[in-house]
Amino acid sequence: MKLLTHNMLSCHIKGVKNGYPFKIDPVKIEEMDADYDPDFLRHIYPRLEWPALREAAQVMGEPNLPEEVTESMLQNDEEFLRHFHHALLELILEEGALVCPETGRRFPVHKGVPNLLLHEDEV
Amino acid sequence: MKLKELHAAMQGIQPFASPNVNLEQYPTGADIASRMLFTVDSIYNEFQGRTVLDLGCGTGMLSIGAALLGSPHCLGLDIDLDAIETAQANVEAFEDLPVDFVRCDVSALRQQGRLQADTVIMNPPFGTRRKGADLDFLRAAFQVSCGAVYSLHKSSTRAHIKRIADKELHAASSEVLAQLRFDLPASYAFHKDKVRDIEVDLWRFEVS
Repeated sequence: MKLLTHNMLSCHIKGVKNGYPFKIDPVKIEEMDADYDPDFLRHIYPRLEWPALREAAQVMGEPNLPEEVTESMLQNDEEFLRHFHHALLELILEEGALVCPETGRRFPVHKGVPNLLLHEDEV
Repeated sequence: MKLKELHAAMQGIQPFASPNVNLEQYPTGADIASRMLFTVDSIYNEFQGRTVLDLGCGTGMLSIGAALLGSPHCLGLDIDLDAIETAQANVEAFEDLPVDFVRCDVSALRQQGRLQADTVIMNPPFGTRRKGADLDFLRAAFQVSCGAVYSLHKSSTRAHIKRIADKELHAASSEVLAQLRFDLPASYAFHKDKVRDIEVDLWRFEVS
């Protein structure tokens, strides 16, 4: 699971109000090579929840994302864009868990795939 | 990428090991999938640089095809563990393909308010085993797409699909791009014929 995927997932247990973002409990992290495309980063940025990406990246071993992102950084700060790209598309949570920030419910991630299926009493 | 190259690359994608009849796990063959994706890519160019969601991804055929056509992030969702494990193995047969899978229930996406993609592609259940399953998928697709939805539906449901898309889901546009013949190999015991042809529409919807 890449952090772009993580950025879009919430805990949807019935009654949970603050199920976003999942905390990441990593057991095994992998990396892959993704094509670097700054246009795509500019395209996707407005849809991201930046603090969630930044925190997830820190847990996954990419500590270089800034707290604030400015328009000029998105346009021409090559170093920033490389870190952003790496965090968003190249870090993979292979084994571990996604943890609901409200209930602490753990959703296991096995072979890179999170299992978000709920138990009967959670629906 | 040419249709021939796409088709060749998708030939090796493995089908369901043991299809689940209640989930209507009919495999999308490389033939029909490559044609579908090639049409989308060559006419509308909605994979290159765009994120993709594949609802009910099964063994990952459409997600993998979309990634081969230049999507930087494809996310396949399916409820079935066997399907997802096969899908993941299929992705790993390629090198560094930007495809993720999440195991979840597509009919319970209403609470996933942040889930979205530029383009949704899907080969949903036709709703023959569980009535309305096709429409559940269509509603979910409209919820998560920021742009277009591409979906396969039985041609016999064309008028109904059109009505739901336009009246209930307020599609900005809805059209059948092509009619395809779906050769369903006799996957299940209740299929008497060896191969059953059914007529299927490739739809394109624009979400308003």
